[in-house]
Amino acid sequence: MSAGLQVKNLNKNFGGITVASNINIDLPPGARTALIGPNGAGKTTFANLITGILPPSSGEIYLDGKNISGLNEAARVKAGIAKTFQITTLFKELNVREHLRLAILERNGFTSRLFRRANSDAAIEAEIDERLDQMNLSKLADMAINNMAYGQQRLVELAMTLALKPRILILDEPAAGVPSSESYLIIEAVAKLDRDLAVLIIEHDMKLVFEVANSIIVLVNGEILTEGTPAEISANPQVRSLYLGERHE
Amino acid sequence: MSNISPNTIPNTGKFSWIKYLKDRPLWVDLALIAMAVACYFLFPYSLAFVTRVLIVMIFVLSLDLVLGYAGVATLGHAALFGTGAYAAGLFALHATASPILGLLVGACAASVVAFVSGLLLMRAHGLTVLMLSIAFAEVLQEISNQAGSITGGADGLAGFIMNPILGIFEFDFIGQTGFWYVLAVLIAVFIFLKMVVASPFGLAARGIHQSVVRMRAIGTGVYWKLVAIYTLSGAIAGIAGALSAQITELVSPEVFATSFSAEVVIMLILGGMGRLYGAIIGTALFMVVHHTAASVDPFNWLFVIGGLVLVVVFFVPAGLLALPAEIKRRMGRPT
Repeated sequence: MSAGLQVKNLNKNFGGITVASNINIDLPPGARTALIGPNGAGKTTFANLITGILPPSSGEIYLDGKNISGLNEAARVKAGIAKTFQITTLFKELNVREHLRLAILERNGFTSRLFRRANSDAAIEAEIDERLDQMNLSKLADMAINNMAYGQQRLVELAMTLALKPRILILDEPAAGVPSSESYLIIEAVAKLDRDLAVLIIEHDMKLVFEVANSIIVLVNGEILTEGTPAEISANPQVRSLYLGERHE
Repeated sequence: MSNISPNTIPNTGKFSWIKYLKDRPLWVDLALIAMAVACYFLFPYSLAFVTRVLIVMIFVLSLDLVLGYAGVATLGHAALFGTGAYAAGLFALHATASPILGLLVGACAASVVAFVSGLLLMRAHGLTVLMLSIAFAEVLQEISNQAGSITGGADGLAGFIMNPILGIFEFDFIGQTGFWYVLAVLIAVFIFLKMVVASPFGLAARGIHQSVVRMRAIGTGVYWKLVAIYTLSGAIAGIAGALSAQITELVSPEVFATSFSAEVVIMLILGGMGRLYGAIIGTALFMVVHHTAASVDPFNWLFVIGGLVLVVVFFVPAGLLALPAEIKRRMGRPT
């Protein structure tokens, strides 16, 4: 039984249009894999297939050797696959602390509790404090999401996703929309992730990709064009002409 | 930094009920109870109306759980009120006329109907939910009309006389016992709902309202959570319906009317959704204005209600509960 995530012969068609074609990937624990490709390559669709937002047309997905292809999105989260969104998706009327509280309560299966206050569990509150501290969000704990800078909102989303204690983390363009002055926040946060966590980063920002990833998969028109280490990918003439540009060093 | 949500629960570390009560003086709750009690003495000949207001408050509180907290728009909530009313009436007629048992039966019957209808309704979104909820209430209304041998048909269900509450307090002609009975149930329901909305379940309901996508992404089975919320709301709506049946000792098919469902939505919008207190204030305002305007001009009272809704929606879209904050905002002060 292989640990981590295995995707085997995954295909997705919308009518006659193929958006994912015979994709095979392996994400062992500790992987830092980047998925890159031009706009419309099918990167987000692929992430949605893994997380269960979209059903595949064919193919199978295994988590720690167990076939999870038939599970819905919520069940896959419980199984250990979590994702951040391309466009930050948060609760506009909850503060930062409440975001983490909700994620931890859900992780523990406590959101059906009716007769305890949501903030009554000391262990959960302590975990929230710890996670806020890890992300340098302690000072913003009681701040409304709408009042925060976009980069900070990204961190909240990441903190909330990590609070689910996933084994597979999918970051869909974590630096998208983040001003360059704040992108270091994302790089720092990703660099600090648990080494046993398998991370798949979908990203256009090559600085972030080459700084964080130890392997890169290039997706073009729903197919894997090539994969390899950052050095191999940056030296690949086909990738340079299609995506990175000839000047990339 | 601002603490935006009135429902935001500050971090208290290790939880203590004593500290909780110290942090949150109950003067608002006590003032509301005092006002209700004052009505008893100020309007001794209008107790039937005051009691009706209290019953509708319970009903609007049940709607707040679904619409205000979970964000599910429905125009058929009267289906659950009506189910509770008929269940309590039939139970009193054929089993026992015990008020407390009747309340439980009303709550159970309405929660079963809410669960079954919720299995369908919670699969839909937006306008589809509105249409389906109206259709469901209309179907129940037609059943109550057609099943005359059981429900009394268009004449309504009558002929049951309630026993004394707890075997001690007899219902009287003026409605004094009924007033205290309904007020006690309202207080119990309000306390229960305050616990629910502050619980993990309540936090999840707010999460669903604000982002279904994010809730799924943290592993929440949104559909079943919504069915649970709707079922709980149905139980409370059923209690309101049962109270209505017990107090008036009559249930007519009009309890299922879409206009009634629409009125309670307006009451909630007037007071402010997702805050519980909004349901109380909105119901009181709507019913008092309705009562007064209808007695002044029985044909054109809807103009007054319409004007009231327009003013509130334009100037205080978050409802009257947000009026102080809105005034401060317009005066340029931070809220």
